[in-house]
Amino acid sequence: MIQTALNLIVVLVTIGVVMAVVLLHVAYLTYFERKILGWMQDRMGPMEVGYHGLLQPIADGLKLFFKEDIVPAQANKIIFTLAPILVLVPALIGFAVVPFGRDSIHLFGLTFRPYVTDLNIGILYILAFASIGAYGVLLGGWASNNKYSLLGGLRSAAQVISYELSLGLAIVGVLLMAGSLSLVKITEAQNGGALHWFILPQFVAFVIYLISAVAETNRLPFDLPEAESELVAGFFTEYSGMRFAFFFLAEYANMILVSCIATILFLGGWHAPFEALSFIPPILWFAGKVYFFLFFYIWIRGTLPRLRYDQLMMFGWKVMIPLALANILVTSVVLFFIRG
Amino acid sequence: MPGNFIPVNYLPIVIFIAIALAFGGVTLLLGTLLRPRRIYKAKLTPYESGNIPFSDARAPFPLRYYIIAMIFVIFDIETVFLYPWAVVYDKIGLYGLVEMTLFISVLLVGYIYAWKKGALEWD
Repeated sequence: MIQTALNLIVVLVTIGVVMAVVLLHVAYLTYFERKILGWMQDRMGPMEVGYHGLLQPIADGLKLFFKEDIVPAQANKIIFTLAPILVLVPALIGFAVVPFGRDSIHLFGLTFRPYVTDLNIGILYILAFASIGAYGVLLGGWASNNKYSLLGGLRSAAQVISYELSLGLAIVGVLLMAGSLSLVKITEAQNGGALHWFILPQFVAFVIYLISAVAETNRLPFDLPEAESELVAGFFTEYSGMRFAFFFLAEYANMILVSCIATILFLGGWHAPFEALSFIPPILWFAGKVYFFLFFYIWIRGTLPRLRYDQLMMFGWKVMIPLALANILVTSVVLFFIRG
Repeated sequence: MPGNFIPVNYLPIVIFIAIALAFGGVTLLLGTLLRPRRIYKAKLTPYESGNIPFSDARAPFPLRYYIIAMIFVIFDIETVFLYPWAVVYDKIGLYGLVEMTLFISVLLVGYIYAWKKGALEWD
């Protein structure tokens, strides 16, 4: 009984820490996105609130919290209210199975592991909940009863399901090599330096994953669901205040989540690239790799123009999916001959 | 021991979902106490770039989306079948390889058919 209570405390603390870290990163990701985009365009970015604008995310959050929350008269009230939560919750709980580091922390006689839980179906769990997020977008767009929202929601749903296929198929290559769906086991399978990371044998899968992940999170150059110049704000045109903030939060949390998965699947998770560098704590390696992917996201946003919708769908269905299937076949044949 | 193995690992997920839901709900509820509520008719009309809204937003949408969704379901099921296969691949060896090649080939025929029929075109 006491053991159960202690376990519960450990779980609650771990969840609290994970959620706090994720939300803090979401807040400062918006700040660094604006800063980096600013620097890329020879601007300063936010400068007013705090030293070099460091308090900007807090000011933004407070502003959104105190903003009036408008529900359009013709909207479907219940679905309109529920949709932001339906998008937010899957984006947050995906982090439950992500192993952030190697070592457990011992405090007050309790053992805190570097992940909330280790599911033996980890990656499938994340994909399953990621699909639920698409419902929130579609329902939110439909319930707004606005033409921009409906079009944005439809586009988003079609885009997300199309690229989810190539994303899911790209992961199969990694699964063939690791022989497990658990993110902890996939990380452990890449032990022994950068040469053992799956990015080398699975480079095609890595590229497919990276492109699909950008499309999955509706980021530029695949941000057609919210293409400002034609659809105002896409599926969340009618949303304001905190509900708008939830969509925003979910988008950035999803960005961090796909970066975490990319790190685990292809860059060895918390492993150091060389034995000589393993004095740096594993959790810093993990964070560094995730930050690299996040910077990459902002970088392509600052570099690439938006695609046309037919180009986007064509590319997903006619290039990415055949490529991902070919990768699976080649990987399985090669593995068969290597393993005998 | 699947009987006692699963709940122990999945319980934190349930707690996490509950906390995430509570985070969303509490933030929204707290907000209703603090934020202003000054509504008038023009504010509640759908946003159409400043024009007075015309016709219903719930218009029919292109059938393309529906076709894409149907093809998606087929390929998504294929992906789900590939996952367990990939995990046990080094145990089933040649048998698994041949079986999965056949399985993918059958779906590939359907894929080529959909392509030729123009289901993947978008104009």
